[in-house]
Amino acid sequence: MTTGPWERAAGRLVVLALVVVTLVPFADLFVTALHPPGTYPTGLTWPREPHWSNFATAFRSAQVADLLASSALIGFGVVPLTLALAAPAAYALGHLRFTGHRAVFGLFAVGLALPLEAIVTPLYHQVRDLGLLDTRWGLVTALTAVHLPFAVLWLRAHFAGLPPELSDSARLDGAGPWQAFRRVHLPLARPATTSLAILLFAWTWNHFLLAITLVDDPARRTAAGALGAFQGRWGTDVPLLCAGSLLLVTPLLVVFALAHRRLSTDLTRAAARVPSGRFERDASGPGN
Amino acid sequence: MSRLVGWVFVLPALAVYSVFVLRPLAATVRYSLYRWDGVGPSTWVGWDNYRAVLTDPDLYGTIGHALVLVVFFTGGPVALGLSAAAVIRRAPRGRSVRAVLLLPQAVPLAAAGIAWSLLLSSTGAVNRLLDAVGLGGVARAWLGDSSTALAAVGLIGAWALLGLCTTLLLVGAERIDPALYEAARLDGAGPWQEFRGVLLPGVRRELGVCVTVTVIAALASFDVVYVTTQGGPGNATSVPGLEVFSLAFAQREVGLASALAVVLVALVVAVVAPVLRWTR
Repeated sequence: MTTGPWERAAGRLVVLALVVVTLVPFADLFVTALHPPGTYPTGLTWPREPHWSNFATAFRSAQVADLLASSALIGFGVVPLTLALAAPAAYALGHLRFTGHRAVFGLFAVGLALPLEAIVTPLYHQVRDLGLLDTRWGLVTALTAVHLPFAVLWLRAHFAGLPPELSDSARLDGAGPWQAFRRVHLPLARPATTSLAILLFAWTWNHFLLAITLVDDPARRTAAGALGAFQGRWGTDVPLLCAGSLLLVTPLLVVFALAHRRLSTDLTRAAARVPSGRFERDASGPGN
Repeated sequence: MSRLVGWVFVLPALAVYSVFVLRPLAATVRYSLYRWDGVGPSTWVGWDNYRAVLTDPDLYGTIGHALVLVVFFTGGPVALGLSAAAVIRRAPRGRSVRAVLLLPQAVPLAAAGIAWSLLLSSTGAVNRLLDAVGLGGVARAWLGDSSTALAAVGLIGAWALLGLCTTLLLVGAERIDPALYEAARLDGAGPWQEFRGVLLPGVRRELGVCVTVTVIAALASFDVVYVTTQGGPGNATSVPGLEVFSLAFAQREVGLASALAVVLVALVVAVVAPVLRWTR
């Protein structure tokens, strides 16, 4: 089959339309941020004199440095904690296939589709009873727990694809299951783990609901949670609100720009794999 | 190797997950059978909270709104993604194009909400565009008008998910063996038969992921509504997530909030389970 020039032109047009639609909100945020503070600019107009100083003003008055540091701290708590918990669990589910592994898999699968609204109220009470309300630790623990299902199933798919001979040879060398995991499987899981780490960091940075319920002080929230408070405080000064919002989303955009190639490959590959997980498991697993 | 050693590996993750996800989930189910203000003593009310959810228009209305959002969040990105896949058949080569399409995934929905509030405001870019093409008569504050606010929220969600679905579907379509298209053409298949017979089965898994992710995003939506309309005007855009939040934390009706949350979970399961079955 050959694609004719018309089909190619139509394809280009579709892609162009998609790109424009995707970028317009960012462009509007950007040009609005350059208007004089305190005005209510009409949409998508370039200001007569761009007020680049809005970014500096917003950075100072909204304490953006603190907010970014808080988001980063939470991210650097959630990501290693989630990986440390998820990797061994995923290895056991994908490779060791212990008695009852199906039930555990099912429990984690429930968490994939669970709306957070279904746990937020009791979680609030629980975090309060632990004395962790309004602390980053409370938020880190809660976010780790809610990210575990995805992390476990993502890594499980990786471990399930490894040949069993890998463990056999490790066992012949006298390694127990823990050494086989640490020395052989974990290093091999590095690419899968890196993508997962970036995703977890992004989801933490952008997380909203738990951030606004578990932490009252915006300076101890995630970036997205801080945005919610931003809006209340700066809602009257649209250009500054836009400047501040851009400052809060930019660091993650940079991370994303650096890593998007691997991410988009891994995500699309995972999408092709997810619904087939069951067959793959049934075909190779000894069952329980 | 012992059949039990795996438990040692799973236990830490399972413990954290059980304490901070499964236990609260069980608590929500339990709370839903009580009347409780979150602080004082609670009273057993049986199914009363569920009865209220199903009979109070303010409560079941939120579920109706969530279902309308599904049409936008799922229908928009899936329809556009499939048509893009039908026309292009292969993911764009340009690296920057791919990055741009996935850009909305990297910003918080709260930020998307702020940006779209500007675009959809009475003097925003959308109205200026309408004015320019002679449709100035329909211009309005899209998020502030109770007849359009819900659709406007749906549009924002569709924008956020469009790139993800398109990318997934395009990559899926790329994997289809070109020989299948050729065979279809030789059999005299038109574009529609080609779409139904070749493309749709070829991207079934990706389609399943898109539908699942977008349906959950729509039913459990919270961020966008919180930032753009707070459920208003009136309660034109109230959704279950926002209602659970305000019932539990502002109105101190924990029992009612929990019942609504349980209904929401049931709804997610009812919609997602058949989709997953179909794509398997």
